Amino acid sequence: MTVPAFFFYLFSSVAVASAFMVIAGRNPVHSVLWLILTFVNAAGLFLLIGAEFLAMILVVVYVGAVAVLFLFVVMMLDVDFAELREGFLQYLPVGALVGLVFLVELVLVVGSWVTSPGITNAITAPIPNPAQVTNTEAIGRVLYTTYVHYFQLAGAILLVAMIGAIVLTLHHRPNVKRQSVASQNARTRDTAIEVVKVKPGEGL
Amino acid sequence: MIVGLSHYLTVAAILFTLGTLGIFLNRKNVIVILMSIELILLAVNINLVAFSAFHNDIVGQIFALLVLTVAAAEAAIGLAILVVFFRNSGSIAVEDINSMKG
Repeated sequence: MTVPAFFFYLFSSVAVASAFMVIAGRNPVHSVLWLILTFVNAAGLFLLIGAEFLAMILVVVYVGAVAVLFLFVVMMLDVDFAELREGFLQYLPVGALVGLVFLVELVLVVGSWVTSPGITNAITAPIPNPAQVTNTEAIGRVLYTTYVHYFQLAGAILLVAMIGAIVLTLHHRPNVKRQSVASQNARTRDTAIEVVKVKPGEGL
Repeated sequence: MIVGLSHYLTVAAILFTLGTLGIFLNRKNVIVILMSIELILLAVNINLVAFSAFHNDIVGQIFALLVLTVAAAEAAIGLAILVVFFRNSGSIAVEDINSMKG
């Protein structure tokens, strides 16, 4: 077995096993940690196949941002997760049946189809020689020219998601005193100070 | 033994199946369902990158990048909705999400 084949089987078997633990884990915190392991091994697969930039992005974005976001939410919600797991075995037969049928169909499709010999004519942006142009640079050359509109659309989607998440989760409590800079600045001497004449010996 | 395109596609198929199975099995827990969706999107990304590498066309990696963006946005919005729902109802069980009578 050659070294790339060894690493392919290592990464893919660990990824599949940890993906199984994600859906079978008892504790959602453990599920998130297994999900991180799956992502890291998928990044290893991407590295093997020559997509270095996507591998690093997978580690940075998924492991660094999305998985940590999941971890925050799981730990923040005070939920009895054992109660949520009731009925897990109830759906196991139909779930396993559907999954098995699905997997067999997918593997049959993957195993039986062949690539058209004319596929080389359909290439729109061939991958340059990695010895001369790095993967990151090759992606940048295509992403910022031909697909610049998709790139900007992705940015817009992220902006909308950010604003949506903030708007959804932000809530003002009604009985909390807050600083109002505008009303502070609108105070004048006339509204703030009152001059009172006090007669001696009588008080106010 | 040479690792070919169909090896990668098989791995992606297994991951995709595990994702759908997770949605079936954890029908009460929204967080695990969201994680299963992330697994499915990861399987799609593996497919796109494998086709890109074996057909020598870099456009597949561009699309994988866009899928990754959408997956991140979806996770953020989904978790925000989850937090708001938990704040309002005190539960994240799927069967409690029926106030719209849909």
